[in-house]
Amino acid sequence: MNRRNFLKNSLMTIGTITTFAGLMIKPKRLYAAWPKASFDITGLSDSINSVYGHNNLNESSEVMLKAPDIAENGAIVPLNVKTKLKNVESIMIFVENNPQPLSSGYNLSSKSVPIVGTRIKMGNTSKVIAAVKSNGKIYTASKEVKVTIGGCGG
Amino acid sequence: MSTIKLRAKESKGVVTVKAIIKHPMETGQRKNKKTGEKIPAHFIQQVVCKANNDEVITINWGPAVSKNPYLTFAYMGSKGDTIELTWEDNQGNKDSLQGEVK
Repeated sequence: MNRRNFLKNSLMTIGTITTFAGLMIKPKRLYAAWPKASFDITGLSDSINSVYGHNNLNESSEVMLKAPDIAENGAIVPLNVKTKLKNVESIMIFVENNPQPLSSGYNLSSKSVPIVGTRIKMGNTSKVIAAVKSNGKIYTASKEVKVTIGGCGG
Repeated sequence: MSTIKLRAKESKGVVTVKAIIKHPMETGQRKNKKTGEKIPAHFIQQVVCKANNDEVITINWGPAVSKNPYLTFAYMGSKGDTIELTWEDNQGNKDSLQGEVK
């Protein structure tokens, strides 16, 4: 029995048990719900709006976005965001020309140091925007990344 | 074997955590070239990291994060902290791993 089947079966069993017991146990999410709506939106300004509730962005040199000028492989574009701003609540990364601009969001805690890095996929040459929420305001940095081979078409 | 590789190192009160998670991160937009059928979306939605049982960071990922995602972040901590990284994908699979800050 492979792992996936095992998980599936065990989940089904749990489901059946809870149904019979009549308990209100829902499949447990880790923490706050994953913001599906924000990840589904296809336009950049709508996407920003759905995350923050407004489009008030301030371009700031305090936000540092490290990204390649040219990504040879759009399937792996390394990004690093850091900032000197204090009281950072979240860091969001948007890619303007991707099917869904919101690529990832990082909700920081009071212990966090505002540095995050990851690798994302980009379908086309596009502007990448890093948005940092600090003291209720949104500060951004952006960079144009050229993609020679897209990472979304397969 | 765990799907997570985790490394955490402390320097001057700041712990830098690096992780790689083995996951296909399928966007749901690709097609199977032979059959023309869409490959269903299968990607990690949430990653949570705790240090000594305190939540340090909650990460929401969309399908645009690369396959076998790499992740780095930092927090104020010290050597010997126990950190725990947990991920959950859109199909309900999850995994977690504990590590010690060096």
